[in-house]
Amino acid sequence: MRHFVEELEQLKSKLLEESALVESAIYRSITAVVQKDEALARDVLANEVRINQIEIEIDDAAVSLLALQQPMAVDLRFIISTIKINNDLERMGDLAVNIAERALSLLGEPVVKPMVDIPHIAALVQSMVRKCLDSFVNRDADLARSVLSSDNAVDELRNASFHELISFMERSPGNIRQAVDLLSVVRNLERIADHATNIAEDVLFLTKGIDVRHHAEPRV
Amino acid sequence: MAPSACPKLKSIDLNFYYGTYKALHGISIEIHERKVTAFIGPSGCGKSTFLRTMNRMNEALRNTRVEGQLLLDGEDIFPMEVSGLRRRVGMVFQRPNPFPKSIYDNVAYGPRVNGSVRRGDMDAKVEQSLRGAALWDEVKDKLHKSAFDLSGGQQQRLCIARALAVDPEVLLLDEPCSALDPIATSKIEELLFELKKICTIVIVTHNMQQAARVADYTGFFLLGKLIEFADTKVIFKNPTKKETEDYITGRFG
Repeated sequence: MRHFVEELEQLKSKLLEESALVESAIYRSITAVVQKDEALARDVLANEVRINQIEIEIDDAAVSLLALQQPMAVDLRFIISTIKINNDLERMGDLAVNIAERALSLLGEPVVKPMVDIPHIAALVQSMVRKCLDSFVNRDADLARSVLSSDNAVDELRNASFHELISFMERSPGNIRQAVDLLSVVRNLERIADHATNIAEDVLFLTKGIDVRHHAEPRV
Repeated sequence: MAPSACPKLKSIDLNFYYGTYKALHGISIEIHERKVTAFIGPSGCGKSTFLRTMNRMNEALRNTRVEGQLLLDGEDIFPMEVSGLRRRVGMVFQRPNPFPKSIYDNVAYGPRVNGSVRRGDMDAKVEQSLRGAALWDEVKDKLHKSAFDLSGGQQQRLCIARALAVDPEVLLLDEPCSALDPIATSKIEELLFELKKICTIVIVTHNMQQAARVADYTGFFLLGKLIEFADTKVIFKNPTKKETEDYITGRFG
């Protein structure tokens, strides 16, 4: 049985490695947009391969544990949550790549609009990502719940920036190209927040055995 | 756990002693009718002792004592006439134990002793019981061969057929698959899904996966106490008690 516990730990380490790569990809993609840093954007594109590779390794290890160890109770919930979180992390990596591509597209554009809202949304989203991953590592249900309550704030910020960017476009057709890229950045950030919310829900399943998705069970 | 409207079996604060050793401590449980209930727990935890209490098999042992009540359909089993109780509550043991008789006579034995089946109806009763135990197709052409010619898995199903022949209301199974290979085990497990349509089943097993596969309700015993009793899905997905969690995840001891 010690051997099984070791294998569970290895699975967790792999998931943590993946989450570190994804957090870093998100951070770099945002910084690339805000600071017009081409090298950082290209780093994000280059590192996606490693994230994809770990995703496959994690699924393979998790399926092997299910098949060979017939885990029960918290061990079963841990492996099921790992499979789901793995999927969310990989998607978050893809979204960071989308943001990095917008960063490259924005490189030639003059900064005609101060990007006030993007760093603000980005900071909130990054904090959600950090918290949902910390809640997984520490099996902290309260921290996971705090992520769920942040999701609405992100949606509101996204709506506000959509309005701003629309009026920015309405002022001059020359702004449209840049505004579309920025809309895409906001949209991708909001989706990252959705995946962070999914992860927080998986952590509640892991720690409490409850399913709070789509308000199936009360979140508090 | 959710109380059943009318439990088939119900124990109330049941204690059991081997001499001065207290093997069961205040067991209170409700066994649901026409469901499979599994008892799991480490060796010596009392699960088999409790199972054997349910048809008073322990009385064959000297120097044992039971306290508390065990109700079958609301009636205390301890004042009952024991052979009448065992007709209603049958048992199948760990090792197949067919009588040294033909397959047919093994199954017909109970009805003959009880006089519960007319001579002309006996063939039909034997066939019905063997079909009930999912053995008929394998033995119908050799009913008068010795039961010992059968494989271990077939012998165990013969013992189940023998138990079924007296139309029991409850079937107690004490590790019925521990001497069987995986294919024979799987046949018995499939059989339980059929048998629970006609009777209430209580099974003791060391194989947790088996409990997870076949049981509607699972009870976890430890050191003579019933630690947790709940819907099998709850026990294996998210048990309430730490002792249960430790046992089923193998972190016990």
